[in-house]
Amino acid sequence: MRIGVVTFPGSLDDRDAVRAVRIAGGTPVSLWHDDADIKGVDAVVLPGGFSYGDYLRCGAIARFSPVMNEIIRLAGPPDQVSSGLPVLGICNGFQVLTESHLLPGALVRNEKQQFICRDQKLRIERTSTAWTNGYAEGQEIVIPLKNGEGGFIADESTLDRLEGEGRVVARYLDVNPNGSRRDIAGISNASGTVVGLMPHPEHATEAGYGPEANNGTDGLAFFTSALQGVLSA
Amino acid sequence: MTSDSINTYGENLDALGASAPLTEQQRQALDTVDKARKTPDVDQPWAALGMKADEYEAVRKILDRRPTGSELAMYSVMWSEHCSYKSSKVHLRQFGEKTTPAMQEHLLVGIGENAGVVDIGQGWAVTFKVESHNHPSYVEPYQGAATGVGGIVRDIISMGARPVAVMDPLRFGALDHPDTHRVLPGIVAGVGGYGNCLGLPNIGGEVSFDPCYQGNPLVNALAVGTLRHEDIHLANARGNGNLVVLFGARTGGDGIGGASILASDTFTEGGPTKRPAVQVGDPFAEKVLIECCLDLFKADVVQGIQDLGAAGLSCAFSELASNGDGGMLVHLDRAPLRDSTLAPEEILMSESQERMMAVVTPEDLPGFLAITTRWDVEATVMGEVTETGRLVVLWHGETIVDVPPRSVAHDGPVYDRPYARPDWMDVRQAAVPDLLPRPQNDTELGELVVTMAGTPNLASRSWVTDQYDRYVQGNTAQAMPDDAGVLRVDESSGLGVAIATDCNQRFAALDPYTGAQLALAEAYRNVGVAGGRPLAVTDCLNFGSPEDPAVMWQFAEAVRGLADGCQQLGIPVTGGNVSLYNQTGTTAIHPTPVVGVLGVLQDVARRTPSGWKAPGAQLFLLGTTRAEFSGSEWAWSQHEHLGGLPPAVDLEAERALASVMATAADEGLVFAAHDLSDGGLAQALVEASLRHGVGASVSLDAALERDGVDAFTLLFAESTARAVVAVKPEAVEQFTQACAGNGVPLVELGTTGGDSLAVAGRFSLTLDELRASHEATLPAALNA
Repeated sequence: MRIGVVTFPGSLDDRDAVRAVRIAGGTPVSLWHDDADIKGVDAVVLPGGFSYGDYLRCGAIARFSPVMNEIIRLAGPPDQVSSGLPVLGICNGFQVLTESHLLPGALVRNEKQQFICRDQKLRIERTSTAWTNGYAEGQEIVIPLKNGEGGFIADESTLDRLEGEGRVVARYLDVNPNGSRRDIAGISNASGTVVGLMPHPEHATEAGYGPEANNGTDGLAFFTSALQGVLSA
Repeated sequence: MTSDSINTYGENLDALGASAPLTEQQRQALDTVDKARKTPDVDQPWAALGMKADEYEAVRKILDRRPTGSELAMYSVMWSEHCSYKSSKVHLRQFGEKTTPAMQEHLLVGIGENAGVVDIGQGWAVTFKVESHNHPSYVEPYQGAATGVGGIVRDIISMGARPVAVMDPLRFGALDHPDTHRVLPGIVAGVGGYGNCLGLPNIGGEVSFDPCYQGNPLVNALAVGTLRHEDIHLANARGNGNLVVLFGARTGGDGIGGASILASDTFTEGGPTKRPAVQVGDPFAEKVLIECCLDLFKADVVQGIQDLGAAGLSCAFSELASNGDGGMLVHLDRAPLRDSTLAPEEILMSESQERMMAVVTPEDLPGFLAITTRWDVEATVMGEVTETGRLVVLWHGETIVDVPPRSVAHDGPVYDRPYARPDWMDVRQAAVPDLLPRPQNDTELGELVVTMAGTPNLASRSWVTDQYDRYVQGNTAQAMPDDAGVLRVDESSGLGVAIATDCNQRFAALDPYTGAQLALAEAYRNVGVAGGRPLAVTDCLNFGSPEDPAVMWQFAEAVRGLADGCQQLGIPVTGGNVSLYNQTGTTAIHPTPVVGVLGVLQDVARRTPSGWKAPGAQLFLLGTTRAEFSGSEWAWSQHEHLGGLPPAVDLEAERALASVMATAADEGLVFAAHDLSDGGLAQALVEASLRHGVGASVSLDAALERDGVDAFTLLFAESTARAVVAVKPEAVEQFTQACAGNGVPLVELGTTGGDSLAVAGRFSLTLDELRASHEATLPAALNA
């Protein structure tokens, strides 16, 4: 199974995402921001980092890159029920997804105005997505969080709709690190193919190099889920 | 710009971005070599540029005429203390002289290049170096710290390596001092903002508070890079006719400082006047530059490479030429500018960030430009390597610099400044802490353990370190608050490195020779305790004014101590940095020789973490405790006392300890180990217990009896060459034998487990109360 990982100028966690795909048993395929050819991959990861320096607004420039135009086309409208290309946006990738309007809402500067890096506890709330079907509903996991602009916001009606449609994929537990509304750490589109997540599952896929908790591999199922989903599709 | 429009150098100036011809007025104002010959008596602002009269005379003698304004700019900045090491050189030589052939066994590139390179085996090499950015960080905390990180990272790239981590030894005034509150948040945000944006994990460093740094914060930054042996690149310009290419950010008016004096002399009408002295960083540009350079190296289209840091183009031109065939001809007016009004003197001195210079063969140029274009990095052919032995700089066709490059880059002035041990050292060393009030009973002793866990220098650093990304790149096996940062280098074999930086400035204040060795010993111990075999050293020597004989004595002693210590331990200094003039008025900072030690682990999975994760491990204390309190955290934090002689150094004992711990890691004998340093045994037990929330039950009796000290001394003295080790129950005998075989004294302390730190017959402290003390201090002070 081939999973593309996009590199924008300023992407930082692209090599980590490639490694995570490989550890999960998939075949990672590097995609380049300036090239609309996504090489027929079965799913795409938009990695963390500071695409184009995050100038103007996080993800605002990346959204207009040739590769994103193609990904937006293949992912399909956010409310469509039939499934399009599975896309996981992590951190900066989540920001790119909201800027692309593949997901609603926006990510704003952390409540405390500081960059924060911590081992973050989450609860997986939706498992019927391309990226979380390997988790149990309500499963608590610990993966790294590291962001300066990770506060998820949306208007109340959007938040209500996301909750009502079961599109909150993960919520922060114990500590809300960045002031996200309703402790939201990740959301999905209606069909569950497109998921945006502020914390970093790709940094918790290999024992010894992730958080201390649970062997540091709590993030791996994001990637094995995608392979599972792709296989059964 | 397409690559084929400039495959013949020098014939298509428009395509090279050359600016419009000079107006007649500009031409007349330009100080050329010709003009310098005809007007020998022009008054030049050498003093305002920080040159001494005899230095200016020396330049005139080298050139056999007065320098042009541009030449004066180059000499003044390259002969500055910062670039020329003119006050420190005579002492720094010892690092080379005391490096024996055996110590060079693993050294692929030594002192003198952008950074040293060490062989760690399996064809891998590691380059690492620590530098200071103290003064800019005082003036502008965020940008000063950010560009400090940027600068050291470019040193690493220019060796041909991929940067893989940073560390930041930081020193501030007292935690409650207003100046600390002014500079600390910006400095931490700057280190984090730049490093995080480069995708470099921050894996350690130091945060230290002492009133001596009020008005003189120390921002040192260490960077590490990895490369294959065959990928080493050097800063030299060889090959007649090879092209000199400037690439990266455009040159602007930042970081110029004194050059504007020259500029306002030569360009009065409508030109720039005073320029900002602190550089402004753009980490995104640097991240792109890193990836671009790595692609250039991979394509093998670079002959020589140099980063642009202090002294900007002046340094890059003169060092590349001086290290190479000795000649270079460049067209300065081709330099892409952010501000078209910059004068040539300013362009030569600008310290604009995120720039690199490469030497490229004409055949490789198209390939080179294809890669820079892919990364949207601007690249400009500035000129070529020549065999003339002269560095010639043209400005719109006029010769404004014509000098022997070595005279700029390497043959600067050397001062053997007077130094003398100051009389006040006698007073300081006589003021021993023996009579300071101590805890009167076990209850007070327990209370002191809780109090000490929260002193500014011992409290949790997470307020700072939580602002740094430690995960990016996925190879961080260990980061703060562990003793050493540990990185995987080879993903298949697990080969990796451990790095620690340390310095106790109070020890150095009490005796700079011993203090420097203690810094070395602590960094060495931290690497060793983590399971690393120490291989190499980098240093950042932060001192006051070299014009003060007392400071110069501290410097000379520290260098001598460090060089002797490295020789004894058999690990070479591979590079580093000197920062002088860290003082306010006549008050210098404590001598602060920050030492970084790098060690190798065959498999980082076998590293030893500094906290225990589970109950049931057998706790041992390695090493011997003596009543050594001079310069200790207890004497300072509880009594504001600084006097006496620092703890004795025993480098053979350090070596033995590290050897035992390397064996223990290799053979999987231990769960955890924590070195003993600031705050002594008490603090080590507190930190190792809090790390994973698993307590310990210990008895001091055996150690007290063996070492003949009291419980207070055992808990708080700062004797060296010690560690607390949590041994696997089934490996106790093997571990004990390893200690005996290496002559490392060991005594049983107790076992891990429970939710408190219990000292039999004396006190029991819950982890909650210890954590409350340990974690409250920095947030309480800095969130206010």
